[in-house]
Parts: sequence; structure tokens; C-alpha cells
Amino acid sequence: MSGEALNLLIGLAMGLNLLALGTSRLPSLIRAMSAQGMLLGLMPLLLEAENLDWRILLVVLATLVGKGLVIPGLLRRAMRAANIEREIQPFLGYVPSLLLGACGTIAAVALARALPLLPEHARSLLVPGAIASVLTGFILMIGRVKAISQVCGYLILENGIYLFGLLLIHSTPWLVESGILLDVTVGVFIIGIIVDRIQRAFDSLDTRKLTTLRE
Amino acid sequence: MNLILDLVLRLAVWMLLAPLLPGIINKVKARVAGRRGPPVLQLYYDLAKLWRKGVVLSTLASPGFVAGPAVAWVALTGAAMLMPLGPAGSILSFRGDVLLLIYLLALARFCTAWAAMETGSAFEGMGAAREVSYAVLAEAAIIAAVLSLSVQTGSVSLVTMLSPSAGAGAVLLAAGLFTVLLAENCRVPFDDPNTHLELTMIHEVMVLDHSGPPLAAILHGASVKLLLFALLLVQAVLPTGKSSPLVAAGALVAGVLVVTVSVGLVESFLARLAFRRVPLLLTTAFLFCLFALLVAWKGGAE
Repeated sequence: MSGEALNLLIGLAMGLNLLALGTSRLPSLIRAMSAQGMLLGLMPLLLEAENLDWRILLVVLATLVGKGLVIPGLLRRAMRAANIEREIQPFLGYVPSLLLGACGTIAAVALARALPLLPEHARSLLVPGAIASVLTGFILMIGRVKAISQVCGYLILENGIYLFGLLLIHSTPWLVESGILLDVTVGVFIIGIIVDRIQRAFDSLDTRKLTTLRE
Repeated sequence: MNLILDLVLRLAVWMLLAPLLPGIINKVKARVAGRRGPPVLQLYYDLAKLWRKGVVLSTLASPGFVAGPAVAWVALTGAAMLMPLGPAGSILSFRGDVLLLIYLLALARFCTAWAAMETGSAFEGMGAAREVSYAVLAEAAIIAAVLSLSVQTGSVSLVTMLSPSAGAGAVLLAAGLFTVLLAENCRVPFDDPNTHLELTMIHEVMVLDHSGPPLAAILHGASVKLLLFALLLVQAVLPTGKSSPLVAAGALVAGVLVVTVSVGLVESFLARLAFRRVPLLLTTAFLFCLFALLVAWKGGAE
């Protein structure tokens, strides 16, 4: 039963991947990314439903607050501070990136069946979900012009890696998980500052303009 | 003898009930906007009026101008005869009839576009171009939906495909098919049936030069198509084959009503999309159907 619920959550996360690829608005991209982070944050509760202890609860809570509130808050603040237009400018159009993401998802599902997984992981969508999220992150990082949407791509990529890490939930110390979460938060914090600097130095967040040197 | 009676009865049901749906949609839209709205039977009055009128023919038009709507109407009615009606089954069922259904719908569209271009007016050609370019994406979605149903049931005949529910992917399939229904029938996020601004019309601009009985055939054919898609959606999602005939028939009627009312609600609460955004929505519908196919395929293998 918990496997079914887990698969449903991962299916939702895969849907959010496609939403992130198809949306043309920066705020909804940030919303999709943070909703996905929160969904993934809930998963340890389902995986470890038998032996819950306070450390797991703490990490779950920290993930929810970090990915659901702090990181999107930081990104929104950076957006406001740098006066970014809300429209995402794609290198790769929405329809091609959506189709690419869908192909990636299907390939991930097909590929995961060919992988030598443990029998208890064979039926779960954990591995396809992880691969699909990593692919989505790549497409977003490569195919978008604005620095902020590339950050969102990076965070979705991180979500995918986290999902993959859930396979090893019994052998990863919770300290590592919380360390990663802290790193990501600090990373986004710093990126927020950098975005502001880029905006001041170049009058634009278009990463194509960062290739020209200036005094 | 029995067969002929069945055929006549079915034809009568389709002919008489189909124009009800646009009436219900208009009534819902009027109610939401706080108006009283036209009577539910308005389309019947319109059809009767159009049938009595004469036809204005352009001197440029070939016989195809009248033949187009006629062939389209016959193709749509033929497609309707293939569609099973819940417990009553379908009159003509064979292996692969679903492919014929898709091709009949395509034939109807081709004939409407052909007749639209007969008068040589620029507007009609523009509308036909738009209609056909949307259709490319909508057809991909409907083929994916049909494939997922066929993988689910291991059959390519409509009666067996539509009698069980679509299983785990039913929600995905319903979302995809509903979007396709809106696109194929030129409803709001894609096209506005009420607009008469030449530059934004799609279906309406294609039929701009038709009058009298050919226009009646086009309007009636459009309502048959709406009923066809509503029935396809409802039967794909609900397990109509499992329950007793009475319950199944009730569920079918209720389902079609729900679909019709939701079309009206969508039309009341959504604005139509900008042209450049339409392919994105249609691609999303295609992906919904594709993922339903994925679920059917993966679920069937385990």
C-alpha cells in the first residue's frame, strides 16, 4: 500500500517536471520546482513508515521548510531585486522541450526495467522518476536563457539526485541528507546575490551576454 | 429486417439527440453569465429554418462546394454508426473498426476544408489552414488515446475496447480526450464558436460562404461530432460493459451530460488561447494520452 502511495507521489513529481518544461512564466516555474521539492521531502515518511524517529521527522521538516519556503522565497526576492520580467525566454521552444522531456520520461521508465535493481525496487517508480528529473533539470539548464530559470533547472536536477538517494535510505546517514539540504540552500542564497550582481553589471540576466568581457 | 429496424432506430437517436448538446452548452453559458439564454432546442429551429431556405452559390464554385458538406455529413454519420452506444452495442463491429472511425473523421474534416476553399475567398483558406494545422496535433492525441485503450484491452474493435474502464490511466486519458474534444469541436480555448471577427475565427470562417441546406448539414454534422467525442470520452473512462444495461445506459447519459456541462463551464470561465499557445496545449493533451498509453503498457506487462 505504501508502495502505491509512493508511486503516486513520484508520478505527480514527474508531472511537475513536464509542467516546469511547459510553463512560460517564471513564478510558475518556481512554484513547480518547490512543489516537487516538497513532494520528495514527504517521501521518507512513507519509506520509513515503520520506524519513524525524531531525526527523520526533523529532516523531513527541514526539507519541507527549505525547499517549500526558503529557496523559492530567495529566488522570488532575487527576481524582485533584479527586476526580471516574468516571461521565460527559451533557447529551446516550449513544445520541443516538453516533447524532449516526455521522451526522456518514457525512456527512463523503459530503461529502469533494464537496470539490475534490487527486487524490492523493481516495481517502484523511484529510479525512472530520478532519471526523468535529472533529464528535466538538464533540459532546463541548457534550454533557457535567464539565469533564474537555469537555477530552477539545477534545483530540479538536485531533486532527481535526492530521489535516487532515497534508494539508499537505509545506508545514508541523515547527517549527509541534511548537509546536502544545507548546501543547496546556501547555494541558492549565493546565486540570488550573484543574479543581482549580474543584473547590475550587464543590465540583463541573459546568459548569452556573459560571454563578452568587460572592464 | 431486424437489422434495418436497428439501423433506423440508431440513426433517429443520433439525428434527433445530437443537436441537443450545443443547446445545453449555450444554456449553461447563459446561466453562468446571468442571462436567460436561447432555448435548449434553438439548434433544431435553426436547422429547420436553414433547410427551407435556398442556396446562394458562387459562380466560381464547383459542385464540390455542395458535395463537401454532404460527404462530411455522411462520413460523420458513418462514424457515429461505428460508435457503440453502451449496452446497445454497435450495429457494425469488426476488427479494426476504430481505424475506420479515425479515417472517417479525417475525411469529414478534409471535405469541410475542401468546400471552404471552393469559393476562392482568402478568409476561408485561412480558416481551413488553421483547422488542419490544429488537426495534426489533435489527431496524434486521439491516436495515442486509441492505442492506449487497445493496449489495455488487447483488442482493436471499439465494442471491446470501450466496455471496460481505462484502468489506472483513466484520469490521464480523460484529461487528454477532453482537451481533444474541445479542439476537435472548435470550443473555447482553441476557437470561439460565437466570434464573428474574421481574423480570429477557425471553424466559423470555413463555413462563412455556405447557406441553406449545406449549412444545415454542416451544423448538424458538427453536433453529431460533439456527441461522438462525448460518447468516446465517457465510454473510455466508465466501465459501461461491466454493469447491468439499465445502470450502464443511465451512466452513459449522465456522463454525456456532465461532459456537455463542463464544456459550457470551460467556455464560461476560460478565455481563448493566443494562437501561438495552442500547439502547447494540444501537445499537452497528446502527452496525457501518451502517458495513459505508458501506464496501460507498463500495467499490462506486470
